[in-house]
Amino acid sequence: MKTFGGPVLFLDRSDINTDEIIPAKYLTEITKEDLKPYILEDLKLPGFDPKGPKTKNARVVLSRANFGCGSSREHAPWVFEVNGITAVIAESFARIFRQNMFNCGMAAIELPKADLDLLFTHAGDADAAMSIDIESGTLTMSGGGKQKTFGFEISPFDKALVTAGGWVDYADQNY
Amino acid sequence: MGKTVAEKIFEAHLVNEPFPGTKVLKLDVVLCHEITTPIAIDDLIRRDKDRVFDPSKIKAVIDHVTPSKDSKTATQAKILRDWARRHDIKDFFDIGANGVCHALFPEKGFIRPGYTVIMGDSHTCTHGAFGAFAAGIGTTDLEVGILKGVCAFRQPKTIRFNVNGQLPKGVYAKDVILHIIGRIGVNGATDRVMEFHGSTIAAMTMESRMTLCNMAIEAGGTSGICMPDATTVEYLWPFISGEFASKEAALADYSKWTADADAAYDQVIEIDVSTLQPVVTFGYKPDQTKFVSDMPESPVDQVYLGSCTNGRIEDLRIAAGILKGRKIAPTVRGILSPATPKVQQQAMHEGLIDIFMEAGFCVTNPTCGACLGMSNGVLAEGEVCASTTNRNFMGRMGKGGMVHLMSPATAAASAIEGKIADPRKYL
Repeated sequence: MKTFGGPVLFLDRSDINTDEIIPAKYLTEITKEDLKPYILEDLKLPGFDPKGPKTKNARVVLSRANFGCGSSREHAPWVFEVNGITAVIAESFARIFRQNMFNCGMAAIELPKADLDLLFTHAGDADAAMSIDIESGTLTMSGGGKQKTFGFEISPFDKALVTAGGWVDYADQNY
Repeated sequence: MGKTVAEKIFEAHLVNEPFPGTKVLKLDVVLCHEITTPIAIDDLIRRDKDRVFDPSKIKAVIDHVTPSKDSKTATQAKILRDWARRHDIKDFFDIGANGVCHALFPEKGFIRPGYTVIMGDSHTCTHGAFGAFAAGIGTTDLEVGILKGVCAFRQPKTIRFNVNGQLPKGVYAKDVILHIIGRIGVNGATDRVMEFHGSTIAAMTMESRMTLCNMAIEAGGTSGICMPDATTVEYLWPFISGEFASKEAALADYSKWTADADAAYDQVIEIDVSTLQPVVTFGYKPDQTKFVSDMPESPVDQVYLGSCTNGRIEDLRIAAGILKGRKIAPTVRGILSPATPKVQQQAMHEGLIDIFMEAGFCVTNPTCGACLGMSNGVLAEGEVCASTTNRNFMGRMGKGGMVHLMSPATAAASAIEGKIADPRKYL
């Protein structure tokens, strides 16, 4: 099972798509590791630098509604994975992206908008970090001297995939 | 209580429900291309599981970058090619026989009503035009599909679209689906199947139904689905005539894959197309739509005709009808990529290729190429493309480029005028 939690990258916009996460021109790479430099390359957000230290240090991405819409490319979760990001927290996800995350043993966690609004208040905190406990379904946000815990739900199947480390081994054993 | 098409297909293909709400389905077809499959193949080899569940149910094509443009794309093609040979996958399509997957595979008769279809490509929803459940998935799901012939899904809810009325002149399936996406939004159908009903759909060709279902994903939809009918049977007849005594018998059999009148829907949405106009996108999301007549003056640098949305023979006929005897604006680069070799050859026989070339279009081989900015028509920073494709994300056709989505007719009119133009004056 992967580890979850650490510094948070705040991406405060809905409908962040897979072309923004990893542009199609890099889909010709054959290994996941080769994708590493291109993370979020085409995402244009005020104050966001895909090559900056906040991106480099991040272990968790926090965003808004319909995250990961567009293409089916699993290169999107992979480019997060090879950069050390194993969890994305958002109001909602595109179906394929969400499933790809769990299929890779990573976490795509949905929270209500009100909770996300609270989490985004930490966007200016240099020490903003999150710890995530998949088993108990809780995440704790800390930063700026404050700390708050939120509950979340993931389906039993998704939890099993995270525990098993992904879908291939699970499926080969069970089907 | 009656059932939706997706509910019927799920019931007929259910392997088990390992956890509440998760259904593992048996797959009828697993489709593969050279962008998302090689990493699955590589991973299977590394896991010492380089097997396929049934080579006759796996179909593969090199389509995104073909002919290969560099060493990396040549390597991707080679991995897929070698794998297809190694596992005796007979339905493998390479240079000379290859075309855009979602146009090529239906043309070969691989998709039938009631089928479950997956592919590592989001526009797999296209195949729902045949009354199939067809979903785009990632590489890991593809890998398991190849290995085991199964895929896990949450049982999707269904939105029913009752689309009625006669399409006005100059308005096509592309305008209908852009209008629908504009109305429900880019996540209006997330985790939902989009079931299309009504007189407009019943009157559509299979090509038009594929255009419609192709863009279900742009509203977040898992699959578009049209009801199989006499049009479906007619299209499939060359492939199924050995299975059924008559077309009537085929239709009777396929009708089990239509929705029950008392099926329960998440939503029912009524669409009247009788007053619809040509639609175009204006932003970087497919739900940012306007009538062409409401667009401000919008010059374009390139016009692209092709893709899994609108690269079929019907689309080429419509565009050629407008371009015949006319020239494209000198400021515009026109690119036509017929979706398959069959489409290209048919267009040649019908004299359409002559019309495009005399108008000033460059005609490429069948490929996905420019649609996702991989080859054959990448935009430069700041350039604008009028395109018959399905996705207008920022940079989609080239970093810093902008894409306006539209029908082949609107694209042809825009090529002539060098700016987004209403096709109706040319009809």
